[in-house]
Amino acid sequence: MSTTTTTTVPASSPAPSPERPTTAARPPIRWRGPVVYGFFGLASLLFFAILPSGGATTTFRLATAKDFFQIEPITVSSTGAALFLSILALMLAGLAAWAAVERRKVGMWLPIVFGVLVVLAFLCWAGADKSAIPLTGLLQGSLFLAVPLVFGALSGVLCERSGIINIAIEGQLLAGAFLAAVVASLTHSAYAGLVAAPIAGALVGLLLVIFSVRYWVNQLIVGVVLNVLVVGVTSYLYSTVLTADSATWNSRTPLPVIEIPLLSQIPVLGPVLFRQTVLVYIMYVVVVVLQIMLFRSRWGLRVRAVGEHPKAADTVGIKVNRTRVRNTLLGGAIAGLGGAFFTVAAGLAFGKEMTGGKGFIALAAMILGRWNPVGALAAALLFGFSDNLQTVLGIVGTPIPSQIMLMTPYVVTIFAVAGLVGRVRPPAAEGIPYEK
Amino acid sequence: MSQHDIEDEGLPPVPPTPAPPSRPETPTEAGRGILQEMLESSWLVTVLAIFSALVLGGILIAAADPEVQAAAVYLFAQPSDFFLAVWDSVFGAYSALFQGSVVNFSASSLEQALRPLTETMTVSVPLILAGLGLAVGFRAGLFNIGAQGQIILGGVFAAYIGFTFDLPPGLHLFLAVLGAALGGALWASIAGVLKARTGAHEVIVTIMLNNIAIYLVAYLLTTPAFQRPGSSNPISPPIPDSASYPLLLGEGYRLHLGFVLALLAAVGVWWLMERSTFGFRVRAVGENPHAARTAGMSVPWVTVWVMAIAGALAGLGGSAQVLGTEHVLTAGVAASFGFDAITVALLGRSRPLGTVLAGLLFGGLRAGGFAMQARTGTPIDIVLVVQSLIVLFIAAPPLVRRIYWLPTPGGPRRAERRRRSTTPATSAQEAGA
Repeated sequence: MSTTTTTTVPASSPAPSPERPTTAARPPIRWRGPVVYGFFGLASLLFFAILPSGGATTTFRLATAKDFFQIEPITVSSTGAALFLSILALMLAGLAAWAAVERRKVGMWLPIVFGVLVVLAFLCWAGADKSAIPLTGLLQGSLFLAVPLVFGALSGVLCERSGIINIAIEGQLLAGAFLAAVVASLTHSAYAGLVAAPIAGALVGLLLVIFSVRYWVNQLIVGVVLNVLVVGVTSYLYSTVLTADSATWNSRTPLPVIEIPLLSQIPVLGPVLFRQTVLVYIMYVVVVVLQIMLFRSRWGLRVRAVGEHPKAADTVGIKVNRTRVRNTLLGGAIAGLGGAFFTVAAGLAFGKEMTGGKGFIALAAMILGRWNPVGALAAALLFGFSDNLQTVLGIVGTPIPSQIMLMTPYVVTIFAVAGLVGRVRPPAAEGIPYEK
Repeated sequence: MSQHDIEDEGLPPVPPTPAPPSRPETPTEAGRGILQEMLESSWLVTVLAIFSALVLGGILIAAADPEVQAAAVYLFAQPSDFFLAVWDSVFGAYSALFQGSVVNFSASSLEQALRPLTETMTVSVPLILAGLGLAVGFRAGLFNIGAQGQIILGGVFAAYIGFTFDLPPGLHLFLAVLGAALGGALWASIAGVLKARTGAHEVIVTIMLNNIAIYLVAYLLTTPAFQRPGSSNPISPPIPDSASYPLLLGEGYRLHLGFVLALLAAVGVWWLMERSTFGFRVRAVGENPHAARTAGMSVPWVTVWVMAIAGALAGLGGSAQVLGTEHVLTAGVAASFGFDAITVALLGRSRPLGTVLAGLLFGGLRAGGFAMQARTGTPIDIVLVVQSLIVLFIAAPPLVRRIYWLPTPGGPRRAERRRRSTTPATSAQEAGA
């Protein structure tokens, strides 16, 4: 985005063949990853396994009341389990160190498994001698809370892959939430709201693309300003029209939860994945379709060409600005759909600034996911999980102040961006207006 | 991405090619009259942008007014009712806004009449200070969204020094202000150092730091070190007079020394950016980091220092809130100043004078907005709409020119001129000319 972000080679440097031990030509060992893993692994060992006094037990509840198979809650020794998990985590850190020395690339599975281990160790410590931790509910809520982040991040991916920086995700979410609430309330149909939400998001996208493609205004500026504009317009209408007659304009119209038969009866996974609202099912489809379309279709190749090298794309006959306009409109619509989460999917009436900065978290998820739909999904799930973890632990009761818990996802993001992702490479032509 | 577009009124970044010396002047350029100059000036565009934003805001005010809606039902039977209702609602709201931010006509005395103006100045202090900080970042090509967190940290440091120590008046204030600058600078430096060392994107890191700061101040206000003794609310002990900014106009007004500090900071930033070697480096890095690196400048070094300075200025903005306006630290110390400051810096085109004027304008809209809400019941949110529309219009002068049928500076549209030229070489030359 900014000029100081250099385009360095990604971390995937192929290991040189062992026949030619030319040490001078070998790339330097990247110690950052192993050091970060080691730090968190040791911290987990120290704080969750060694320092707490032993003898306490932690219970995890795996089943929900509606399940067909009722799995018994699992009870473990808090320090014992934390010790086991922390040692596994440290072994992973060792593996990462070995891979670094060998200049091998480790896949995305390593940070994910490592994170799961440390979080489980943390849960063992936090839930020691407390009421049972509802693991299934925790995951279900995480997915639910991740929905707007996924849609927002996908919107960002679509826009930025075509070279338009979309800081206005926050505004698109809020506009979607607003129109979804109003339309659902007027028509008494949550599904009508779901149809209206993308229109609102696309309108914000339209403004974004008019100012950036037609008038060449700095896209970061347009995005920031559009966020303010949407906050202003929706808050103003909320304070005047919506509060004057909230029964007509802003009544709660929740989207029903749809259980997929059979699939929703799978233990643990069923309730998490297949006992959600239709918005979540749309999300699965959108993520899969976008991932395939962006990287496996002619359309996706063209979009990426426009985002990386518009001049080359133009030379072979791709309409650069038309592609950008379409993508930004589509991206806006997707973010608007995500905005419907806050009102109809969450079963709430519209409230002032109710997106509360989720659009910016979605932006972070997009960058953490390296401008890739599946990566964005994973990052959004991470944020949703830490968001929900705080709520669940608040109910279970933990020694940590709630403010510190609320802070954690943001601290983790900074660590992830600085320590693990490092110099990510955005699409090369991002933010630069194209003119023939 | 360079900040060229802001500085160039939204025109694309063009390579600074020198104009070909033998280029003949076109007739339009040679015969440019005073009227032409006026019509092409960016001041006119600014004024028209503000006017257009107010008109659009007025439409929203009228549309949401119940009386206007009632009169619209019988619009064709009695159109005068409708237009009267529109006029009443829009004029009422805007005159309340004006009287709440500049001059109160219904006041009994001159002091009372000018009181709103001092309120505007008071409110604008954190906007100007934080806006200056962001402007420095923008000129270096750093899109720092973190003023919110930096204001909070500045406020936390200022408040802690303010209510904890017992020092002589001048020294106490000096240390508290210094602490505020340091607090903001430290917070912003996290983003600066991470950007310089690891390439972590400053937009993400500053957004995250904003959120962390919000929870950090909420947490601190529950600890014994910060919470007011005997209170269960998240509020700090009051700041003693020895650490407060002295009032400039006496007890009747809230205007405090922080306003002078903001103006001095603007002068300081101007000198730093336009007259010092450091400022030259900052601008060079902002224009083209690759060229700056080739010229021997250290881009990471500039990044870290720019972020520290931006944070220090935003931190001073936090001190204005804690030591001048509120005299206490609460979780809402930064209000939305950090985000408003972004629009202030953008509107001011990242220049010190522009930032001060934009800060005063937005301070006035904010101060007047509260008065408007109290007097006519128009929600203050309309101010956000007007603010954002102003920035949008000012960022796109061609749009304003098109709306008002104004001539484009430099003859025909640049884009059209380019389109007519056939080879890339000529187009680059024309763009540079």
